[in-house]
Amino acid sequence: MLTLLQIELYKISRRPRTYIAFVAIAAIVFIFQFAFKVDGQSYMEFILQDVNDTFEMDKMQAINGYFMCYIILNTLLIQVPILVALIAADSISGEANMGTLRLLISKPVSRTQLILVKFLASTIFVLFLLIWMAVTALLLSMIIFGVDDMLIVRTKGEEAQILLITKDDVLWRYMAAFAYATVALTVIAALSMFLSIFAENSIGPIIATVCIVLVCTIISNINVPIIEKNVKPFLFTSYLVGWKGFFYIGTTDDGQTIKGTIENWAAIRKSLFILLAHIVILVSASVIAFKRKDILS
Amino acid sequence: MKTIKKSLATAFITVISMGNIVAQDANALVQKVKARLEKVNDYEAAGKMKTNVTFLKVPIATVKMYFKKPNKLKIKSDKGVSFVPKGAVNINLNNMVSGGKYTVLDAGMDKVNGTAVRVVKLLPDDDNAEVVLSTLYIDETNAVIKKAKTTTRENGSYELEMTYGKYMEYGLPDKIIFSFNTKDYKLPKGVTFDFDDGEAKKIEDKAKNKKGKAEITISSYSINKGIADSVFQ
Repeated sequence: MLTLLQIELYKISRRPRTYIAFVAIAAIVFIFQFAFKVDGQSYMEFILQDVNDTFEMDKMQAINGYFMCYIILNTLLIQVPILVALIAADSISGEANMGTLRLLISKPVSRTQLILVKFLASTIFVLFLLIWMAVTALLLSMIIFGVDDMLIVRTKGEEAQILLITKDDVLWRYMAAFAYATVALTVIAALSMFLSIFAENSIGPIIATVCIVLVCTIISNINVPIIEKNVKPFLFTSYLVGWKGFFYIGTTDDGQTIKGTIENWAAIRKSLFILLAHIVILVSASVIAFKRKDILS
Repeated sequence: MKTIKKSLATAFITVISMGNIVAQDANALVQKVKARLEKVNDYEAAGKMKTNVTFLKVPIATVKMYFKKPNKLKIKSDKGVSFVPKGAVNINLNNMVSGGKYTVLDAGMDKVNGTAVRVVKLLPDDDNAEVVLSTLYIDETNAVIKKAKTTTRENGSYELEMTYGKYMEYGLPDKIIFSFNTKDYKLPKGVTFDFDDGEAKKIEDKAKNKKGKAEITISSYSINKGIADSVFQ
């Protein structure tokens, strides 16, 4: 199993497209960092325009490494599923396309083992991608912008809120958020791999994954009660941004933030459970489908 | 008939005189408060600021408050990002009783937290002054302002409530509750993709959102030790 995994990881590392994801992430992160270094003040003026009349604050102090990483992740984690699909959707269909799938199953390895190893390799790719994001978006931003208290702006129901987390209370939230994001993106990897079983080349499953993510994300953001109640809870895309829950700090009744707390841990736990359930279902479905597949290529 | 006229005139004069005496009393009281406050040329105060605004969720901040005569006041957070209410400059009581010319009106007696206070209204003589009206609730026994309401021309109204302790001699409070007007905070569209945690969406009473409160509890003052002007920039 371990040898198989090593072979799969080697195959992923040899594909040029693997590095597209890393380069794309680095490019987006650097553009963000450059833009905020040059004109971050304008962005802060924009998002805090309603506060300027009532409160005085040092906006440049609020643009620090922690804030930057949050802003970058906010944008990136919507695009990263596409990058994950590039690799995971190639796992079976890529072999079929190259004509190595038949050869592969002729080895003394069960089809279940093969699917599990492919899935594990995709998960490790996701993990590396997120470590890369942590290095570029968090670590590098901390070096460039320094570290200070973290400002979060969000919409809760009908109202907008500004949350302030003290700097000594942030790092564990990022660790938890990256761990959550790993689970969320693994769902995409499992979906891509499942779709790749039915294709002879990787373009189809990549496009199909992107379309599914896109359509589900749009539905997840439609604020119509009938959809919110009956459709949204069943879409995995509704839970992809659950990592943000770790930054929604708990507060007292009169609005003071409480260090080390999360506003709604139960919701995050439920989201995690739903995402894990998606992984189990998709991987099981992949095993069943692959076992039944008549492999001709 | 002559006697009735004489009695009425006497009563009228008495009422006018009484009014003058009361007004003089109020004036004297304001002067007494002013004299107490004028002992302070500058101070540096250390304390904690608790902000209570519907849209703002922030921790209790450790702050330093700097004052220098005639009207410089600055609140700075010791560390980290902080939100300081812009109208907090009105915490400076000197501003109310020392700044400009005003007419003092006695508005009778009232109670603030169980303490009997005299209500004094200050009407600025200058028609174009930013402050339209200040109402002071003065503790006559200690000659300190317990509560103040200020209505301004451009920036709404502010309310201050003070509790005094060991710095009463200088008219400096240990605790200040500063109430001010806030706008609703609206996030520009498209800035966030938020995590919907499924909590019931509450429709807030909009009127409730309009008031903010900052509660400053001061642990120590350093009075008349001199403060550089650069602190206020």
